[in-house]
Amino acid sequence: MSDLVIQIVDLTREYQMGEDRVQALKGVSLEIARNEYVAIMGPSGSGKSTMMNMLGCLDTPTSGEYWLNGQEVSRMPDDALARVRNREIGFVFQTFNLLPRASALQNVELPLVYAGVSSRARRDRARAALERVGLGNRMDHKPNELSGGQRQRVAIARALVNEPSILLADEPTGNLDSATSADVMRVFDRLQAQGQTIVVVTHEADIAAHAARVVTLKDGLVASDARQERIQAA
Amino acid sequence: MAFNTLWTQKLKSFFSLIGVLIGVTFLIAVVSIVQGMNVYMEEEFANRLVGLNTFQLRRMSDFNMGNVTEDMWKEWMRRPRINNEDANVVEARLGTPALFSRSCDEQGKVTVGNRSAKGINLNVVDAPYFQIKNYEFASGRPFTAQEARAGAAVAVIGAEVAEKLFPGVNPLGRTATVASLPYRVIGIIQKQGTMFGFSMDKFVIMPYESPARRQACRLAFMDELHVKSPTVAQMTAAVDRTEELMRIRRRLRPNQEDNFAIQTAAGALSGWKQISTVLFAALPGLVAISLVVGGIVIMNIMLMAVSERTREIGIRKALGAKRRDILAQFIIESATISTVGALFGIALGIGLAYLVKALTPLPASVAPWSIGVGVFLGVAVGMIAGVYPASRASRLDPITALRSE
Ligand SMILES: Nc1ncnc2c1ncn2[C@@H]1O[C@H](COP(=O)(O)OP(=O)(O)O)[C@@H](O)[C@H]1O
Ligand SMILES: [Mg+2]
Repeated sequence: MSDLVIQIVDLTREYQMGEDRVQALKGVSLEIARNEYVAIMGPSGSGKSTMMNMLGCLDTPTSGEYWLNGQEVSRMPDDALARVRNREIGFVFQTFNLLPRASALQNVELPLVYAGVSSRARRDRARAALERVGLGNRMDHKPNELSGGQRQRVAIARALVNEPSILLADEPTGNLDSATSADVMRVFDRLQAQGQTIVVVTHEADIAAHAARVVTLKDGLVASDARQERIQAA
Repeated sequence: MAFNTLWTQKLKSFFSLIGVLIGVTFLIAVVSIVQGMNVYMEEEFANRLVGLNTFQLRRMSDFNMGNVTEDMWKEWMRRPRINNEDANVVEARLGTPALFSRSCDEQGKVTVGNRSAKGINLNVVDAPYFQIKNYEFASGRPFTAQEARAGAAVAVIGAEVAEKLFPGVNPLGRTATVASLPYRVIGIIQKQGTMFGFSMDKFVIMPYESPARRQACRLAFMDELHVKSPTVAQMTAAVDRTEELMRIRRRLRPNQEDNFAIQTAAGALSGWKQISTVLFAALPGLVAISLVVGGIVIMNIMLMAVSERTREIGIRKALGAKRRDILAQFIIESATISTVGALFGIALGIGLAYLVKALTPLPASVAPWSIGVGVFLGVAVGMIAGVYPASRASRLDPITALRSE
C-alpha cells in the first residue's frame, strides 16, 4: 500500500451531449506503484485522455474513487485540488500549453509561483530543471523562438520543477517528428531511472516500448494490462 | 497582420483608459483652476483691490458677483451717500488706531502737450492713501499732508500713464493736464500689472482738496472712506464700530438693514466663494459619472480578456493556481489599466491647468491632494471593475478552460 502512488477504483466519467449521455469511462480500476513506467494505449476515443485528466486532477469523475499517495482526491474541494495539482502532479500535454508571452524560464517558474516559493529560489530551481532537460542555454527564449521538441522539453521541465510524485504525459510526442520524439523519450527514460513515476499516453508502439507496463483501454474499459521488456533508447 | 493586431490592441487599450482618463483629468484640472483662482482672489484680487487689513465704507458694494436684482439696485440708488461728517465721526470715534483716507474717482482724460490718454482713473484722496494701498514708488514721492490740506495741484501717476504720456522722458516735475487743470507730476507708482486682463496702472492720484475733486464728486460727499488697521483683530473691531456709528448717524432701527456698505477683502471674496462652492459641489458628480463609465468600459475589456485568455487560465490552474491567484491576477491587471488611465489623466489635467495659466490671466496651481485622490480613484475603479471578470475567470473549470480555443 505504501508504495502505491495511484489507486483508482471503478472510475467512471459521463459527458452530457445534448440529449445523449456519453460514457467516456465505464469503470476503470488501476494501481500504479512508485517508480513505475506505464504506457496507456488504445484507439482514438477509448477514454485515454479522459482518464489522464482524472489522474491529473484536471477533471472530476462521475463516480468511483481516486487515491493519490493515500489521499482520496476525487471529492476534494477546489483549493485542495489546486494544491494537489501544484505539488503532486506534473502534467505534459500534447500541445505543450506554454504561456506564449513568457520566456522558457518564466514558464518553468510558474508552478513555483503558485507554491509560494521566493523569487530567487524560484529562479534557481527553474534553471536547474531546464538544465536537466538540456535547455540550460535557451532560458530566455519565448516559446515561438523554440522548436517543437524544445518546447516540449520546457513543458517537461515545468512539470518536474516542483518534484511531483507523478509525471503524467498525454501523447507528449503527438506533435513531434520521430527524431525529436526520441529526444523527449530519452528524457523520460532518464527521469524514470532517477526514480520518477511516469504515465504516458500514446498510440505509437515504439513510444510504448519504453515503458515496463502497457495498459490498453477500449471503449472506456481496461482491455489489457501487461508487463513487458523495455526497449531503452540509445 | 502583426501590426494590425498591435493597432487594435492599442485602440482597445486606449478605449479602456479613456473613461478613467477623462474623469481624473477633470478632477485635476478643475481643482487646479478653482484652487488657483482661490489663491489669486485672496492674495491678489482682494488684497490688492481692497487692501490688507483694510475696509471701505461706501454707499454700496462694488463687488457683486451674485445676481443683483432690479429691486436691490433701486434700493442702493436711494441710499444716502457717505459725507464728510460721516468720515469725521468714524475717524474721531473709531476707538482703535487706523489710517483714513477719503476717496473719489472717475474715468477721464489726461493730456500732456499734444498727447492725451482716455479712460484714466482720476482719483482724489487724502495723504495716508498711499500707505493704505501699500503703494511702492518707482520714482518720486507721495504728496504730503500739507500739500493735501492746501489742495496743491500735484499728482502721482501710474506706470502706464507715465509710459503713454511721457515716452522717453522723466515725468517728474512735468505738467499733466487733468480736467483742464495743470498738475505737476511728483511721483510714479511701480507697475502693478493686470488683473483679469485689465491694466492696474492707468491712474492719476491727486489731493482730495485739489481742484479736480469737483470732477469726481460733489462737495461734501465721497465715493468711499478707506480705513486701514494695523492688525486683523483691530480691523474686525473697526468694522463693527463703524457699522455701529453709521447706524446711529442714519438713525436705523434694529429691524432695518444697513443702508451703507462696509467692504472688506473677505466680503469681496464672498461672491467668488459661492461660485467655487458650486463648482466643488458639482465636481464629484461629474468625476463620478466618468469614472463609472470608465469602470464599465474596463469591466468589459476585462471580460473580453478573460474569454480570450481562457486557455491561459486553464494552464495556470493546471499548474496549481488557486481561485484567489487567478482572482488577484485579473484584479491587479484591471487596476493597472485603470491606474495608467489615471496617471495619463493626471498628466493631462496638469497640462490643462498650465495651459489655462499660460493662455489666460487665471492662475492655476495643481493641488497635491487632487493627485493623490486621482491615483486612489484609478486604483479603486480598476479593482472594482475587475472583480466580476476576475471572479468569472477564477471559477473556470481547468479542463474546460484548457480545451477552449
Ligand atoms: N468534453 C467532452 N464532451 C463530450 N464528450 C467528450 C468530451 N471529452 C471526451 N469526450 C468523449 O469521450 C470519449 C473519450 O474521449 P478521450 O478520452 O478524449 O479519448 P482518447 O484520448 O482515448 O482519444 C470520446 O467518445 C469523446 O468523444
Ligand atoms: Mg486523447
